[in-house]
Amino acid sequence: MVTIYERKPGLSRRELLKRGGASALLVISGSAVISPKHAWGLETSALKPETMATLIQMARDIYPHDQVPDKYYAIAVKAHDEQAGKDPAHKDLIENGIADLDKKAGSGGYRGLGWEEQRVALLKDIETSPFFQAVRGGLVVSLYNQKEVWPIFGYEGESYSKGGYIARGFDDIEWL
Amino acid sequence: MAAPFDLNNDGVVVIIGSGAGGGTLGNELAQKGVDVVILEAGARHEYDDFVNDEWDSFTQLAWKDKRTTSGDWRVAKDFPNLPAWIVKSVGGSTTHWAGASLRFQEHEFKALSTYGKVEGASLIDWPITLAEMEPYYAKAEAKMGVTGTNDWPRLPGNNNFKVLKAGADKLGYKECHTGNMAINSVDRDDRMSCQQTGFCFQGCKWGAKWSTLYTEIPKGEATGRLEVRPNAMAVKINHDASGKVTGVVYADKGGKLQEQKARIVAVAGNSIESPRLLLNSESAKFPNGLANSSGQVGKNYMRHTTGSVYAIFDKPVHMYRGTTMAGVIRDEARHDPSRGFVGGYEMETLALGLPFMAAFLNPGGWGRSFTTALDHYDHMAGLWIVGEDMPRAENRITLHADEKDEHGMPIAEVHFDDHANDTAMRDHAYKQGQALYAAVGATRTFPTPPYPSTHNLGTNRMSEKAEDGVVNKHGQAHNIKNLFVSDGSQFTTGGAENPTLTIVSLAIRQADYIANQMSEKSI
Ligand SMILES: Cc1cc2nc3c(=O)[nH]c(=O)nc-3n(C[C@H](O)[C@H](O)[C@H](O)COP(=O)(O)OP(=O)(O)OC[C@H]3O[C@@H](n4cnc5c(N)ncnc54)[C@H](O)[C@@H]3O)c2cc1C
Ligand code: SF4
Repeated sequence: MVTIYERKPGLSRRELLKRGGASALLVISGSAVISPKHAWGLETSALKPETMATLIQMARDIYPHDQVPDKYYAIAVKAHDEQAGKDPAHKDLIENGIADLDKKAGSGGYRGLGWEEQRVALLKDIETSPFFQAVRGGLVVSLYNQKEVWPIFGYEGESYSKGGYIARGFDDIEWL
Repeated sequence: MAAPFDLNNDGVVVIIGSGAGGGTLGNELAQKGVDVVILEAGARHEYDDFVNDEWDSFTQLAWKDKRTTSGDWRVAKDFPNLPAWIVKSVGGSTTHWAGASLRFQEHEFKALSTYGKVEGASLIDWPITLAEMEPYYAKAEAKMGVTGTNDWPRLPGNNNFKVLKAGADKLGYKECHTGNMAINSVDRDDRMSCQQTGFCFQGCKWGAKWSTLYTEIPKGEATGRLEVRPNAMAVKINHDASGKVTGVVYADKGGKLQEQKARIVAVAGNSIESPRLLLNSESAKFPNGLANSSGQVGKNYMRHTTGSVYAIFDKPVHMYRGTTMAGVIRDEARHDPSRGFVGGYEMETLALGLPFMAAFLNPGGWGRSFTTALDHYDHMAGLWIVGEDMPRAENRITLHADEKDEHGMPIAEVHFDDHANDTAMRDHAYKQGQALYAAVGATRTFPTPPYPSTHNLGTNRMSEKAEDGVVNKHGQAHNIKNLFVSDGSQFTTGGAENPTLTIVSLAIRQADYIANQMSEKSI
């Protein structure tokens, strides 16, 4: 299971803001990526927390949904940390891939590029690389298969326990 | 009472696979007093075990053993190890299927005579006609409870259907309705009617949709003459010196090889596994595999010319509510070469849930063009194209040269190239589908590429002449009297219609033939 927890113990919101700067979206603290604004943290064990933070940004740039909070992107890429812990080759793939992106991005790194278009242009360049494919391929399942995101898209999921849609609007379209 | 048969009982008919073909044949024979053992590679999950969740259900039911692909079809690139989306479970793909049950049209049994020679295609006529099939179609419809037949009302139209119908009316299509579905529209056969749950592809938890799992199989078991042996993967069919088949070697749950003796063997593992098994059953007598003196086993693989069109509207649709595929437009199913291709296609409603939509809308796609489509998921409508594709000798199942499965059996390699006719038909259908939705006010439409194949056909085809195919008009191997093929791999050509009604009808017909031949002692 993914260890996403609300509020990192021992770190107050004020402290987080102090460490990360008020404008930062994601903050690195110790071995964790923290979202001060939404009060969640994600601990990494194999990957560098900076790598994880960039991976989260990259995931959002691959499948950008402005209405979906970072937390779900974090959950979606968390498996790479677990896999990196078990498989050094995977760890290299991700660490090197992110390092390469940061290098291509220039002094501020990938996350330092202010516009999505700038970041996407870098991703386009590496679209066929094993690194990009590994990140994108897993993401299409790990992002969209989270039950918590379904309501954001208006998908209602399981319906058997509610008696199907026979009395819940299977034919309720009104505008035709 | 389910009958357990002894491994050495050589009086039984052994059927490989418990899906549309195998499950039906097993019950039909058992009803006639014939002893039957069905070997099924998958486990047995009853319908309350099904899950309303796309990936979880896929994990539970789908055939996930590795296969490889080649050819110019996009599936080979996007899903290189998943050429087909079919099932490994008792009930076979009738657990996953949507229930659309259309009869073939008369001319589709006579493809070569009707279309003429098509360059690059290996068309032949079926050795049977619609007239010969009609009584069996009627029996199959009665058995499966097909709506719009036998005074059973059609299903009510859901939101996705209403959009389709509005578009069909705008384009002037005449034949559009909620289909002929093997889904109860009224309580019948001790099963309830459709509750519009919207998870037809994940196995119907109400049992409203026909599946051999909870119709044919328990009915056959109740006779005391049918045993379904789950977790039994057939790896080889044995024969004697005269060339008659004598038994089936299978790996049991623990992976141990067993042999079930047999008087007759019927292969119904779907169109990838059936030829794989025949090819793997090669011997000194049959060096190219069983039933393969013509060299046709595995060739002429067909998968229907498919594709989908999804559309976004400025107002909500909620297409995923209600029956997945209860909606059809039949006007384009005619043969009308003035459209630039031979044969025809059906357009049927189709909805995927969000997880599958993300995986299948544009495999490999990313960025805002892709994600803004999903942002409007609840404003989407969708249809599926299913049309006749051309058989080609090059499109075929072969045994992989070096990769083997856990039982030491070479895995299946699936090669497919689109024929120019397939592409022309798909493009026509994309255009019609997009025009249909535009006519109802779609703000954006998506010509979506084919998914891994759900309809797999033709790899042991029926033919009049032994050199053109693998089996005769009864599904009996041309050169081995007590070996039958009982699934969609017998199809000579694919027609425009979803195949299962025809598979079931052929199985009912084959059961009559087998029982007759047995009582005449000719097999
Ligand atoms: C999502 C989906 C939707 C569909 N919708 C429709 C529809 O609306 N209308 C329609 O007509 N068709 C539909 N189909 C297709 C339909 O399910 C198939 O055409 C039909 O089930 C094929 O029947 P079959 O007997 O050939 O094979 P299957 O039903 O696939 O059964 C084959 C069985 O054989 C078993 N098997 C294979 N190899 C071995 C072996 N070596 N040893 C032991 N067992 C083995 C398999 O595990 C499987 O259980 C759909 C399919 C899918 C996946
Ligand atoms: S929509 Fe009807 S047929 Fe489909 S799963 Fe639900 S109850 Fe079954």
